[in-house]
Amino acid sequence: MKWKRKDLLGLQDLSAEEIALVLDTAASMKEILSRPIKKVPALRGRVVANVFYEPSTRTRVSFELAAKYLSAESVSITASASSVVKGESLKDTALTLAAMGADVVVLRHPLAGAPHLVARTVRCAVINAGDGFHEHPTQALLDLFTVREKKGTLAGLTVAIIGDILHSRVARSNIWGFTKMGARVRLCGPATMMPPGIEVTGARVCATVEEALEGADVVMALRIQKERQQEGLFPSLREYTGLFGLTRERLALARPDALVMHPGPMNRGVEISAAVADGPRAVITEQVTNGVAVRMALLYLLAGGGAVDG
Amino acid sequence: MKYKAQIMDQEGIRRALTRIAHEIIERNKGTEGLALVGIRRRGVPLAERLAAKIREIEGREVPVGVLDITLYRDDLSTLGHQPLVQRTEVPFPVTDRKIVLVDDVIYTGRTTRAAMDAIMDLGRPRLIQLAVLVDRGHRELPIRADYVGKNVPTSRREVVAVRLVEIDGEDRVIILEKDEGPSFK
Repeated sequence: MKWKRKDLLGLQDLSAEEIALVLDTAASMKEILSRPIKKVPALRGRVVANVFYEPSTRTRVSFELAAKYLSAESVSITASASSVVKGESLKDTALTLAAMGADVVVLRHPLAGAPHLVARTVRCAVINAGDGFHEHPTQALLDLFTVREKKGTLAGLTVAIIGDILHSRVARSNIWGFTKMGARVRLCGPATMMPPGIEVTGARVCATVEEALEGADVVMALRIQKERQQEGLFPSLREYTGLFGLTRERLALARPDALVMHPGPMNRGVEISAAVADGPRAVITEQVTNGVAVRMALLYLLAGGGAVDG
Repeated sequence: MKYKAQIMDQEGIRRALTRIAHEIIERNKGTEGLALVGIRRRGVPLAERLAAKIREIEGREVPVGVLDITLYRDDLSTLGHQPLVQRTEVPFPVTDRKIVLVDDVIYTGRTTRAAMDAIMDLGRPRLIQLAVLVDRGHRELPIRADYVGKNVPTSRREVVAVRLVEIDGEDRVIILEKDEGPSFK
């Protein structure tokens, strides 16, 4: 299996084999993270440009460190401190970065499809670091990696994703990823936050959180965006916590060895109780570590090679 | 590629490894602080075989590590696609150890250069030595092996294929010749 893509835009168009190649490569990269000197020369002289039109801590720092550990140069641009405020279009910003010699553009953008536009515009590789409500493929890959590492396999597992599915690119990418790898995905959340027709992805929508958690191998709580309350999608945070919050009592419905995941940043006491977030089944901090390994794998696969013509 | 000649059989490989094991012990005056590191892929079973022989001879266990040098290759940016990266597993501290790198064939010396860089990133070994089953010449770097199973003069058009039971189901070393393009003679 060889990597042939110019870009990583989403998990919807990846095959199970391609996902497995990323995860296998990430496993090799993780060993580097355990060394006293975390640096290999693989991407010497390559340039990674992180372009973030939305706030982010973990994804941006994760990409920056991944680039540095592989000896690539890494620059980060936030929209608020760049020519974007002067009205430069996304396309022109991308062309400018490519003209300066970027080999990989990592893009987060509030609009779905923005990375696809950039990928068609520039010759260099483009990685989607989150586009609107569409996809967040690197987050899903690190989730898949974490589960595979802990469980040994992905096939046959039951994964429950709880929360605001409608506004969650993490949920969408994870549905594609887990389903392609042979796991079953259950979704649960307020009806106002459940996209109609989501079943076409192969995921099952559960009416109650208890139904979703029953016998699950993996439980993923999504961040509830507090501003959604102003939109009237749920009456109060307290009610949300009462109906969907991940508590020890609810977690007892899942398998005894179930993993607890959260893409971060967490609202402790809202979608997940502090006791669960800090409990023995939580792998939330390991997700962060694995995120660096997965992004190293992607930078290696996309930034290497001589001709990376799409 | 077409088969040209066999240069080592199973017995030949066994004897060469036995001799190398003795030489490693002799040169290092025992096994104190010694560790073997196989370079993926075929250096790995060879390192394990050498460790087993050293155990037979000295009754001492020598740790064995596995090195993947993909990320240290000097041709990564010129290859058309990215070679598969596999795990490096060196489960002991490298610092102050005598490291014997083990590979099947030494040719240009570029793999050895990459392997030395990879080891150095794990720590500061006391010394690094190199053991190979076959030295086929044509070095492009100032590197030589400390222990050699067999010296085989080759042409650049030839390929030396080391086949090992653990990977290929048989023990032998053969020379293959690359197919030429269309001949206009």
